Amino acid sequence: MTTSTTVLETQDTLAKRWRRATEEPAWLRLTLIGTALTFLALFLVLPLSVVLYGAFEQGLGVWYAAIRDPDAMAAIRLTLLIVAIVVPLNTLFGIAAAWAIAKFEFRGKPLLISLIDMPFAISPVVVGLIFVILFGSQGWLGPWLSSHDLRIIFAVPGIVIVIAFGTLPFIARELIPLMQQQGKEEEEASLTLGASGWKTFWHVTLPNIKWGLIYGIILCNARAMGEFGAVAVVSGRIRGETNTMPLHIEVLYNEYMFTAAFAVSSLLTGLALVTIAIKSLVEWHDERRQRLAVL
Amino acid sequence: MSIEIDHVNKHFRDFIAVDNVSLTFREGELTALLGPSGSGKTTLLRIIAGLEQPDTGRIRFHGEDTTDLHVSQRGVGFVFQHYALFKHMSVFQNVAYGLTVRPRRTRPSKAEIRRKVMELLELVQLDWTAHRYPHQLSGGQRQRIALARALAVEPKVLLLDEPFGALDAKVRAELRRWLRRLHDEIHVTSVFVTHDQEEALEVSDRVVVMNKGRVEQDGSPEEVYDHPANPFVYQFLGNVNLFHARVHDGVAKIGDVTLPAPEFEGYQNAPGQAYVRPHEIEVFADRDHDGALHAKVELVSVVGPMVRLELRTDNSEALVHAELPKHRFRALGLQQGGDAWIRPIHSRVFLPDSRVANG
Repeated sequence: MTTSTTVLETQDTLAKRWRRATEEPAWLRLTLIGTALTFLALFLVLPLSVVLYGAFEQGLGVWYAAIRDPDAMAAIRLTLLIVAIVVPLNTLFGIAAAWAIAKFEFRGKPLLISLIDMPFAISPVVVGLIFVILFGSQGWLGPWLSSHDLRIIFAVPGIVIVIAFGTLPFIARELIPLMQQQGKEEEEASLTLGASGWKTFWHVTLPNIKWGLIYGIILCNARAMGEFGAVAVVSGRIRGETNTMPLHIEVLYNEYMFTAAFAVSSLLTGLALVTIAIKSLVEWHDERRQRLAVL
Repeated sequence: MSIEIDHVNKHFRDFIAVDNVSLTFREGELTALLGPSGSGKTTLLRIIAGLEQPDTGRIRFHGEDTTDLHVSQRGVGFVFQHYALFKHMSVFQNVAYGLTVRPRRTRPSKAEIRRKVMELLELVQLDWTAHRYPHQLSGGQRQRIALARALAVEPKVLLLDEPFGALDAKVRAELRRWLRRLHDEIHVTSVFVTHDQEEALEVSDRVVVMNKGRVEQDGSPEEVYDHPANPFVYQFLGNVNLFHARVHDGVAKIGDVTLPAPEFEGYQNAPGQAYVRPHEIEVFADRDHDGALHAKVELVSVVGPMVRLELRTDNSEALVHAELPKHRFRALGLQQGGDAWIRPIHSRVFLPDSRVANG
């Protein structure tokens, strides 16, 4: 009895000493956690609450009226239309680019990888200007476009182009490391078993990148809805026609219609929150799947 | 179905992976492609499968040119070193895959697929894993499933790329014997790549030794082991000691020891190198043996039933490795640091620049 108690005690003190040796002191931990939480409260929770408070301050009826305003509805429709065009477009591009980079060897591969990141590096305003210079009436392709009666700048096509450009990296960035890590053995196995390239993509590649792809689409979607700078340059801000939700909010704000501005903001924020909730769900599911895979 | 490789070349940038290789794999044979890493064996296997395209040369299956046939049309079964099972499919779905992806008009009925898959799972003795997922299986089990999956499409040839390379020693030995028995049952022309000479010698009907993209020797396991065509093959297939030797009128002289070397009939006093395997060296504890060289025992290591000795002779810097059964070692009473006398009982002599001297 005595021996075993001694042993237990020794182990206990050892464990304590070991814990002290590898853990930070309490004051440091508290300071770090406190700082992080204060920052979150100040820069995330507070603004979010302000938006919601501002939106519903004068009651649901006023909020609803602001949303039902024809210009607001047009902005919402336009935003959804753009998302519906841009996200599938970038999904296709993302899969194609990731596939090319992960599965093939070719000249200029490092260049392609760094080019994919470009839209993140360039300021959105500059992106807008680039396309104005290309497609604007004074731009390089302007005369040709106007002679064929095509409008890109100050019209929906221009907005689609700049948003597609700005959100280009999301899906590709998500898929490239995933596909590189998975290699091409499973695809090769599928081919030797007699499956065509398309069947191999559908039955083997796609299931393997499914979660990464969904994650990329969600991020791309969130960004496509919120893009402001580049859209502001190319859209011409025509009310009810080329104003997206972020632009419409700015117009309302500039006209001192704060409640309406907050109402539309709350809707946009709500869409973002839903997106993030889906993202967390996907992450949680993915984590669970990986944990199960280890067992 | 026989496989004919006709003057195949393949390079990756500056690296020559396959250098003008011509080979024929006979119907129903199990052949090992043996060589060190970078010898081009895997590339050659992938060229046969259609996973790589040769720069020049042709591949024929049973006389029919398949060089430009897409991999999915070749009818090969390919087994990968790391199994390459479809992670998101159950074992059943994995094995059924090759049948379920067929176009509707050639696809068997569901019941037929089910019967076939279960039959194959029984063949690899894993029918109880049908509803499991690959990550729930051990490495050896995964490789057996990969093999069942490859066999499901009734391939004309079976190609295995280091199939046991990722497994631990015991499972590896079990699985390769199992593969041998399986091959005797199903008799499909098979080629497997390995860098493990023991594996190649034990499992295959025929061994092709490769080095630097070329075929060094091609023969039965016994031929390749007992009559290596050149120093590379000799050294690659097991440990070896090198002695300076002179060949003269059909005999080789190593010090005072004379060994027969009939292939050098007519040579006069030519310097060469004698290759002697560790078990081809006799070890004595006393000096009363003709021609035996004096040596010091530097290291004794007991490996199971065998004892390996490292010896240093009086006039050589290189260590001599000898191997003898434990009971013989005990009978001799040798000790680490003590004296010993050694004598080669068999050797294979290669003259400088004569890579292909026949023996």
